[in-house]
Amino acid sequence: MSEMTYRDALNLALKEEMRRDSSVFVLGEDVALYEGSFKVTRGLLAEFGEERVKDTPISENTIIGVSVGAAMGGLRPVAELMTVNFALLAMDQIINHMAKICFMFGGQTFLPMTIRMPGGGGSQLGAQHSQSLETYFMHCPGMYVLYPATPADAKGLLKSAIRNNNPVIFLEHELLYNSKGEVPEDPEYLVPIGTADVKRPGEHVTIVAYARMTVLALQAAEQLAEEGVSCEVVDLRSLAPLDEGSILASVRKTGRAVVVEECWRTCGLGAEITSRIYENCFDILKSPVKRVSGLDVPMPYSREIEKICLPRSETIRQAVMDVMSGAY
Amino acid sequence: MEVRLRTIAPDQELLKFYEQMYISREFEERCAEQYTKGHITGFLHLYSGQEAVSVGATAGLHRDDYILSAYREHAQAIVRGAEPRRVMAELFGKATGICKGKGGSMHLFDPSLNFMGGYAIVGGQFPIAVGLAFSARYRSEDRIAACFFGDGAVNQGTFHESLNWAQLWQLPVLFICENNFYGIGTEVHRSSALASIHKRTCGYDIPSEKVDGMDVMAVYRAVKYAAEKVRESGHPYFIEATTYRFRGHSMADPAKYRSAAEHEMWKARDPLPNYARRLIEEGIATREVLEAIEARCQTTVDEAVKFAEESPWPDDSAVWEDIYV
Repeated sequence: MSEMTYRDALNLALKEEMRRDSSVFVLGEDVALYEGSFKVTRGLLAEFGEERVKDTPISENTIIGVSVGAAMGGLRPVAELMTVNFALLAMDQIINHMAKICFMFGGQTFLPMTIRMPGGGGSQLGAQHSQSLETYFMHCPGMYVLYPATPADAKGLLKSAIRNNNPVIFLEHELLYNSKGEVPEDPEYLVPIGTADVKRPGEHVTIVAYARMTVLALQAAEQLAEEGVSCEVVDLRSLAPLDEGSILASVRKTGRAVVVEECWRTCGLGAEITSRIYENCFDILKSPVKRVSGLDVPMPYSREIEKICLPRSETIRQAVMDVMSGAY
Repeated sequence: MEVRLRTIAPDQELLKFYEQMYISREFEERCAEQYTKGHITGFLHLYSGQEAVSVGATAGLHRDDYILSAYREHAQAIVRGAEPRRVMAELFGKATGICKGKGGSMHLFDPSLNFMGGYAIVGGQFPIAVGLAFSARYRSEDRIAACFFGDGAVNQGTFHESLNWAQLWQLPVLFICENNFYGIGTEVHRSSALASIHKRTCGYDIPSEKVDGMDVMAVYRAVKYAAEKVRESGHPYFIEATTYRFRGHSMADPAKYRSAAEHEMWKARDPLPNYARRLIEEGIATREVLEAIEARCQTTVDEAVKFAEESPWPDDSAVWEDIYV
């Protein structure tokens, strides 16, 4: 194990997979010479050269379409969209093409491709650069959606994504790039797709979270422990496929649940997970499930009003207290 | 003066062109019949009138070259080598179809033929063709990507993004615009500020030419030349083939936006009878030889319809298969 940042863990995953398999190549806006807007692709051009580390025009839909074609032709593209917000320009290739091709062509081809997308709010970047669009991707069958919370998961999940033969949307939270953690050095360290991880065991309440929300949930759980409430934090890691078994097992143990999502509340993944808990655990619930969500508003710029639009450890703590007391 | 056919290709090849055009027309006309009987459902876009483009262009490519197209692609798949009966079964929605009945008319695909798909979002195939061309170069494969599309696709962002990209990365893509002058009911000059489509590539410094898409030999010669140029240089090239669809945009379209005079003018240029006349005039075939070819095509299409009719529907379990590998 060695301590490194989420950014460096992602960078290491890319380097290891590119060394392992010559069909892996990286493309995106400013990923080569500039080494990535968030420096996740630092050092790749120097090590792997111009044919494997490709700067592209600002043409998001075509970045994904070219990746689809390259994957169909036998390569393993890892595309970077500079932020998840720009993925909206590529939704035709993502939804209408990438997610459909294996099925509508009767399984005669497959697309081993990964699209990396930094995203999330909280950096005072305004309405067009602060969105959490994970639910948009989860809604559509035909691709996987991953979103790590820790450097170790970042490395293990990205490596699994690149090796997988299906299209993978790989989300990265911009506020986690500098977070640090222990990361296994083993180049065969992989985190399986479709598995949640209990980041903190507990007895009284299950907190279901992902990515930066997991970090906030762990902070809230730490404080709640001092107040005598034992929280179990389930980190989804994989949003699609969703590890329903791990979520339900935890809720069956605690009898209570809080679901935390950074995205908008309406039709968010919290609604989906809450519904699955009710469908499967209604008889054993000690209290209604509570959601902590991003507010249903475009993100404002000003720091003081931006912060109230996103879940915080304090709002998660309050939700847990409400669930414990039955206050609704 | 027309170039004599024998100076372009051997007799056997010249007769194959006729057979491919004829089976394409026969297949489409039988599709129309099966649609009216309710055996084919959904959208059905027929290729009748445009056969010279597909047949001439495919003959000008190598077997390893990739072909991608839009949603008017039955003939392109068949000319490339897809079995007519498996294409017909696909249109019927049967389990024996070329995509197991999951794709339908607009999504034919056969990687064993390097026929890399029919795409039904206008312009969706452009970047995929560019990506396939990149994979060919990356893997040092001797092949190019031929990307077919209609005049309606040239105002999509992907058209411009992909032309720019193909030239920027110097990729072996042959763009082939089948200009039938109408995007559904909107004539080219009502949708494109520059209606002369091949001239639009100058913004990307891609060489281009215009060819008579009703003349199979003209298309063949142009594509053969262009494909070799792309193969040798590794750079993109662009062909605009002017043509006409004798039917509406789809079976739902009576095409009332086109005048009878216009339609008649193009019917007089029908690639099938005109090419048949040349074959006879130049002593390459007799009327009897051509009739034998026609009969063979009709039998093949008859058998395709019978095969499709008798094939089983997909199992319900098929909906959960092939979403992931």
